[in-house]
Amino acid sequence: MQVDSSVIQADATQPLTVDLGAVSEWKVRRQEFVRATPDQKKELLRKSSIGIRQQVLTTINGAGLGHIGGDFSVTDILVTLYEGVLNLEPGNPNWESRDRFILSKGHCAAALYSVLAKCGYFSESRLTHFAKDLSPLNGHPNRNKIPGVETNTGPLGHGLPVAVGCATAAQLLGKSFRTYVVVGDGELQEGSNWEAAMYAAQRGLGGLTLIVDRNRLQQGASTADTNDLEPLADKWTSFGWETHVIDGHSYEDLLRVLTLQPGDRPRAVIANTVKGKGVSFMENGVEWHHKVPSAAQYEAAMKEVAA
Amino acid sequence: MSKVDNSVGFDCRQAFADELEKMAREDTRIVAVCNDSVGSSNLGAFRKAFPDRLVNVGIAEQNMVGVAAGLANAGMRPFVCAASPFLTGRALEQIKADVVYSDFPVVLCGMSPGMAYGELGPTHHSIEDLAWMRAIGDLTVTVPADPDETRATMRWALESGRPCFMRVGRTKVPAVSQPSVTFQPGKFNTLRDGQDISIFAAGTMVSRALEAAEYLAEGGVDARVINAASIKPVDVASVISAAKETKGILTVEEAIIYGGLGSAIAEVVVQNHPTKMRILGVTGLAPTGSAGFLMDHFGLSATGISKAALELLART
Repeated sequence: MQVDSSVIQADATQPLTVDLGAVSEWKVRRQEFVRATPDQKKELLRKSSIGIRQQVLTTINGAGLGHIGGDFSVTDILVTLYEGVLNLEPGNPNWESRDRFILSKGHCAAALYSVLAKCGYFSESRLTHFAKDLSPLNGHPNRNKIPGVETNTGPLGHGLPVAVGCATAAQLLGKSFRTYVVVGDGELQEGSNWEAAMYAAQRGLGGLTLIVDRNRLQQGASTADTNDLEPLADKWTSFGWETHVIDGHSYEDLLRVLTLQPGDRPRAVIANTVKGKGVSFMENGVEWHHKVPSAAQYEAAMKEVAA
Repeated sequence: MSKVDNSVGFDCRQAFADELEKMAREDTRIVAVCNDSVGSSNLGAFRKAFPDRLVNVGIAEQNMVGVAAGLANAGMRPFVCAASPFLTGRALEQIKADVVYSDFPVVLCGMSPGMAYGELGPTHHSIEDLAWMRAIGDLTVTVPADPDETRATMRWALESGRPCFMRVGRTKVPAVSQPSVTFQPGKFNTLRDGQDISIFAAGTMVSRALEAAEYLAEGGVDARVINAASIKPVDVASVISAAKETKGILTVEEAIIYGGLGSAIAEVVVQNHPTKMRILGVTGLAPTGSAGFLMDHFGLSATGISKAALELLART
């Protein structure tokens, strides 16, 4: 196939820069969040999640590709982290004391990018350039092109070891920043995770929190029918981690566990989620791992996620 | 005469360990990361001096390289020290994605490369490392020839703040560099000028190439000897000059003949000034034997190199 360079969108190739207006709005939201009652917090996160799911739909629809099922299973986790938990300065993405967040399941980039844009790491308008030719918004996150991305992910089983390195650095340097990493459940079939799991326990990395997006489906089938992960909580506990099992769509559960003070062990949060969460015809459908909605499905989904 | 004599010469790992300790005193960002390789990487003294700055992840190379990337994310300067076959083979994708593509200042130090662990068999030979590393993005790939060049390369790697792979030799070598030697990517050092044939060599092969040049001189052949430590990027000008000014190019490496130094030189030669070439190195999975035996076996001795040079010159 011949490439016609004249059709490359010039705007899509521009570097991403911090959106100061969006950063200010994020700061206002964060202040409001801090003051809010528990019920108000849940409502704030619910509203934000609606916006993010709609943004993901629009982004994937525009690109004609993406991983919408996993994007929707992880959306509530990401929104809770960025709106209510992580210690960040989106206006200064390389702030030394920032909490580190790594999306190991990098194929869910559209969800991460939507959340990063909402915080002001770059303008939401740039999401129309997702996966376009020469766009910095690659199909998988690239830290050198996208403010707020900590390490390049995509191949599975890479995020946890890097997160262990970040948490080790905090320990060695006596810094208080925390490290959070989200892995997909299918991804735990990669052995590198278990190398990292052993070492995190060995070092007593209390500043490290792992969140497993436990949607029970991998690309082609259920994890149970492919290479079963159970008993998953027991595995983490036996590896020396403090283990929690929660509803990954419950803001109450997420906030409770993700804001616990660091202990003397790394923390594993198995977040039970639903692949395609929020859209009835996508939920638990293995084909929605990377299917792109039709125009009619897009319209229906936009309504459902707002319900 | 061509046999490796491990009772003389320098083990570059010792120079590496001494320099790392010295650099760590000057720069608190430096941390050593290893895979149960404190002994084989000579990190005992480093551990004694900086017990907290030795991150030993155990026998887990994928995690080792990922952890190094994470340490670099937080501002540290990791030197990953592990036997080269396992560092480059087991953690290849981590090197690609976590270090090079993520562009973290991680120095990957491939210990005991080539056939240094000859007797242990092909699993422990690191003859593929140069080809694998050379194929990865913007990764500088270096093979220092002696202790001074090892130290200079480490200094450069720290200052550059870029991903780097360096071999750190176990097989004892004589000093071939001036103590003032510096490392610059894309710059070779011509150690002996000559007009008949050019011999590009790296690491353990440099001293052997110099010895071969002496043999060749006895027979009236004037050989140029170039220390090609910077395997990637290569010194394009040096290669083109050799192609233009001498009658043939011989490359010598303690590595598989596919994808390493010889291939790198050939890429420049065929695209700029085609000339006669011979790539001398390891031709396949090696048998078991001492490093000295295996080098002789593959013609990587001074006599083997001079013989290959004469064969090349005789070729029409």
